[in-house]
Amino acid sequence: MNLEKKILKLLEHDAKMSSKTIAAILDKDENVIKEIIEKLEKDKIILGYNTIINWERLGEDGVTAMIDVKVAPEREVGFEKVAERICRFPEVRCVYLMSGTYDLSVVVTGETMKDIAWFVSHRLSTLEQVQSTVTHFVLKRYKQDDFIFEEPEEDKRLVVSP
Amino acid sequence: MSDMNKYLAKTVQSIPPSGIRKFFDLVTQTKGVISLGVGEPDFVTPWHIREACFYALEKGYTMYTSNSGLLELREEIAVYMKKKIGVEYSPQREVLVTIGVSEAVDLALRALLNPGDEVLVPEPCFVSYAPGTVLGYGKAVSVPTYFEDEYRLKPEILEKYITPKSKILILAYPNNPTGGIMEKEDLEKLREIIIKNDLIVISDEIYSELTYNGEHVSIAALPGMRDRTIVLNGFSKAYAMTGWRIGYACGNPDIIAAMTKIHQYTIMCAPIMSQMAAIEALRHGESEMRRMIDDYNNRRKIMLSGFKEIGLDCFEPKGAFYAFPSIKISGMTSEEFCERLLFEEKVAVVPGNAFGANGEGHIRCCYAASIKNIETAIEKMGNFLDRHRKG
Ligand SMILES: Cc1ncc(COP(=O)(O)O)c(C=O)c1O
Repeated sequence: MNLEKKILKLLEHDAKMSSKTIAAILDKDENVIKEIIEKLEKDKIILGYNTIINWERLGEDGVTAMIDVKVAPEREVGFEKVAERICRFPEVRCVYLMSGTYDLSVVVTGETMKDIAWFVSHRLSTLEQVQSTVTHFVLKRYKQDDFIFEEPEEDKRLVVSP
Repeated sequence: MSDMNKYLAKTVQSIPPSGIRKFFDLVTQTKGVISLGVGEPDFVTPWHIREACFYALEKGYTMYTSNSGLLELREEIAVYMKKKIGVEYSPQREVLVTIGVSEAVDLALRALLNPGDEVLVPEPCFVSYAPGTVLGYGKAVSVPTYFEDEYRLKPEILEKYITPKSKILILAYPNNPTGGIMEKEDLEKLREIIIKNDLIVISDEIYSELTYNGEHVSIAALPGMRDRTIVLNGFSKAYAMTGWRIGYACGNPDIIAAMTKIHQYTIMCAPIMSQMAAIEALRHGESEMRRMIDDYNNRRKIMLSGFKEIGLDCFEPKGAFYAFPSIKISGMTSEEFCERLLFEEKVAVVPGNAFGANGEGHIRCCYAASIKNIETAIEKMGNFLDRHRKG
């Protein structure tokens, strides 16, 4: 694995890992690591850094839906153009092209189910290439991006042992 | 209450209380401690291994197994040994499944020792070899290993401690508490002495998978050493299975039969559900194990570079999950250092002398801890040293 890839693997799991820590792990100078990360950001290999939040624990209950979208592909561009248009809506979190019975999978978040229903009926279904939509609401999240939501992370080991 | 001590066996009375125990009591009385004093993985056993155990229970596997352990498991162990250390063992006659390496150490010592026989114990080392020797009516002879040698056992030093009564040599590499390893050349130098003096080796290789640069080498793989060596290994460290209490011994059939005799009367057999889980670990556990080892390796480097930064002298530990830096610059004894570090900075590390007198002047720091805890602990140790650096 080259250095860039090694750095990415570490950051993939912990975006907050400091350049100093990465430098220690990879036996490199901290400034070298910083430069590579900056370059990766500039080249849009690192697109950004998110935080995985358990909103429910705070008592906030937003709504997430996964929408299966069937699309009529267009001459020359296929699914690209409509996918790009869907991406532009700020309430859309993810867009994937899928194999199987439908074409695009669109993940949308809103404050209430009404918000999402409105988005589907007024924004998504109205696109001329969109032929049909099936909306699935997320009822509960158990695991996301490697993190299990409810598992207590306490250390059960004895504090000192041989 | 009347004092019943006079009834206790002399051998038991003669064993000193564990230095770790004393320190453990101190640490448990303190709140909010970051502990680098642990001797086990910070991972929970991989899920697929736990599931194999649920499945075994659901299927009703709740009975005794043969004394030696499930044949299926012994077969997997034999395959593993062939692959890992390049030595073939017969699953029927040369493999015994035990309650961890802990039991295997006890069995091996008791199977071999006559009263007064001497066991050469390179120190610093894991805490059970000397007491195990005493309980087997043998005499433990400490053989020092040194920081300057990265705690390798040196042939010229070993030779000085050999007497006509020497019977067993303990080798425990990768080493707890030092993180030291023995490479092939190091072992080759010992081989001649071992054969010349007709010694049996108990090789505790429980940390063998946790070898970071290059491959672990077992002394059993060297010419003429197979039948003189009892290789002990287990699941506790590599597969994060300390609580399952499962390990094994491989060696010459006469010795394994003798160990099995003790085991059959004192233990009967290792728990069947742990044996089933161990089969799963050997069959499908490699990739999760590698992931854990990569993680230890990252943290090993973070700890090492942290020690360098705060000025703690430490060689590169190439195995296990411990570093064993010198605390000379503090001018304190190991125990004093650990107690004051605990009280002043709430960081727990283990005094080196808990692993033998020549561990004095060092501390054992375990990097099976989160990166955050390691970094915070090192920062606190740095503050501590800034206040207490001598001269
Ligand atoms: C060197 C060494 N041998 C043996 C053991 C005990 O292993 P087990 O859990 O298999 O009894 C340990 C545990 O800390 C150890 O460090």
